[in-house]
Amino acid sequence: MIIKYFSWIKDHVGKSEEQIELPDHINNVNELINYLNELDKKYSLILEKKKLIKIAINKTYSSFDTNISNNDEIAFFPPVTGG
Amino acid sequence: MIKNFPFIKIKIQNEDFDVSDEIKFLHQKNTGAIVNFIGVVRGYDEKNNEIINSMTLEHYPGMTESEIEKIVFESFQRWELTGVTVIHRVGNLKPSDQIVFVGVSSKHRQNAFDGCNFIMDWLKTKAPFWKVEENNNKKNWVSFNENDNQALKKWEE
Repeated sequence: MIIKYFSWIKDHVGKSEEQIELPDHINNVNELINYLNELDKKYSLILEKKKLIKIAINKTYSSFDTNISNNDEIAFFPPVTGG
Repeated sequence: MIKNFPFIKIKIQNEDFDVSDEIKFLHQKNTGAIVNFIGVVRGYDEKNNEIINSMTLEHYPGMTESEIEKIVFESFQRWELTGVTVIHRVGNLKPSDQIVFVGVSSKHRQNAFDGCNFIMDWLKTKAPFWKVEENNNKKNWVSFNENDNQALKKWEE
């Protein structure tokens, strides 16, 4: 699975992208966030700011309870500020 | 997908754009009105009362284009339009640089005014771009403006 981070989430995690092997017991984005948080505290920001953070699965806006698989690309980002 | 619609142009680019060239493109068959919006970099941060030296725009390649396509197609659903152009710059920009161009053409003016306004309001809240202001080695990610969410309400059906 590819995970992408943008804006201040990228700064906090320290990278813009990483590839992980999704464990079988992780079914949705909520579970992925908890899993990452157990791996390393640098991901705790995603948990703390969950209400603010937006997610995309395969480049489409999605919700935290959407099912995911190892072939998916997940992105975490703050509300957008273009224009 | 966009290739099938010669009167639609969507571009994400580092380079500047030429407004008069873009207006020529929007002048399609049956066009009677052209409305455009140009966003530029403000040299001043009103919230923190600071001068801005430069700004960098990042985006999510692939998703940005598809989100803008969705917005443009929605505008064609809502109004009778003859052409739409959205150009958004990314990378490092300086105060007074052009950031975004949204141009809409139609047979009659009201559709072009509404279409242009609608595309900008939706772009501000949906297209995945993020601005970071740089000032004396300080980096400040611009926060989302709640007024942009309020602006969306006028387009609720």
